[in-house]
Amino acid sequence: MSRPAHRRPEYQKINKDLFVLTYGALVAQLCKDYEKDEDVNKYLDKMGYGIGTRLVEDFLARSCVRRCHSYSEIIDIIAQVAFKMYLGITPSVTCNNSSRNEFSLILDKNPLVEFVEELPPGRSSLCYCNLLCGIIRGALEMVHLAADVTFLQDRLKGDSVTEIGITFLKKLDEKKYRRKK
Amino acid sequence: MAIFSVYVVNKAGGLIYQLDSYAPRAEAEKTFSYPLDLLLKLHDERVLVAFGQRDGIRVGHAVLAINGMDVNGKYTADGKEVLELFAIGSQLSPEQGSSGIEMLETDTFKLHCFQTLTGIKFVVLADPRQAGIDSLLRKIYEIYSDFALKNPFYSLEMPIRCELFDQNLKLALEVAEKAGTFGPGS
Repeated sequence: MSRPAHRRPEYQKINKDLFVLTYGALVAQLCKDYEKDEDVNKYLDKMGYGIGTRLVEDFLARSCVRRCHSYSEIIDIIAQVAFKMYLGITPSVTCNNSSRNEFSLILDKNPLVEFVEELPPGRSSLCYCNLLCGIIRGALEMVHLAADVTFLQDRLKGDSVTEIGITFLKKLDEKKYRRKK
Repeated sequence: MAIFSVYVVNKAGGLIYQLDSYAPRAEAEKTFSYPLDLLLKLHDERVLVAFGQRDGIRVGHAVLAINGMDVNGKYTADGKEVLELFAIGSQLSPEQGSSGIEMLETDTFKLHCFQTLTGIKFVVLADPRQAGIDSLLRKIYEIYSDFALKNPFYSLEMPIRCELFDQNLKLALEVAEKAGTFGPGS
């Protein structure tokens, strides 16, 4: 039984540039506030986590995806449905290791870095789009899946592709929530 | 109104939202002599008329007062009770991997529950004849994801105190009631 995604009737478009500029302003301000790249990356991830925990409900409510039965199903849904819905891009999926819990998303296009040429000097280990990693991590945690999400490769740092690595850790016990009263 | 209540329960089992919309039912006062022509039964800690419709007293009407003394028939629906229902439901199920109660049907109401993949439960109590509750539950999920979660000042798992959520929820209930069959008239 397939159902079309529920779209709000008053779905409004806003200018993508405004969104990209807002994100850029956010990263620039964090760079001013924190000297170390690790700190900026950490706070981007933290902010992304907060967004991810909320965005996941919106995603589940509108996309009507069913419960997944394997990690690769989950990654496929993230790449083909979620990224498409929110960023308009479809990264390709690769599986990195044979025990089937390490995956990568290869981002061909990334609207967030459209206007960024290269990282400023002295910021060579800055993960510009670390917000995305936090979002994915937060979203997965809300469906009881602990995961490590990091940038494995980044075009901004000189690599040939932009690659987000997702490693699933031990599944969080659902029942843990019920016992907590 | 055909939809009696809406509850939202968080992951830990706490009630984070409650909306009770009982219709302003007609009150009927009648003098009876023993024996009563009505069959009364205790239902949800309220004394309801189960049989013996007459003179404006219909099945489902609750006893409000006897001889002028108010009957305190409070319907408790705190989070604890709702949680126990679902935890018990999933343990009692003969099927493996049961996710809990989806629907509970009684003579006077139908309880529908929708559990999201993140563990939030939406519970709707409606008239048994009310149709379209499934899509109403999905709509409530959308409203929750829009007006509660996207409010930057709302903390997850906390009671929902968002005006927009209230308004849109009530609108959605009205739409659902108009679309489905009408409940018992008052």
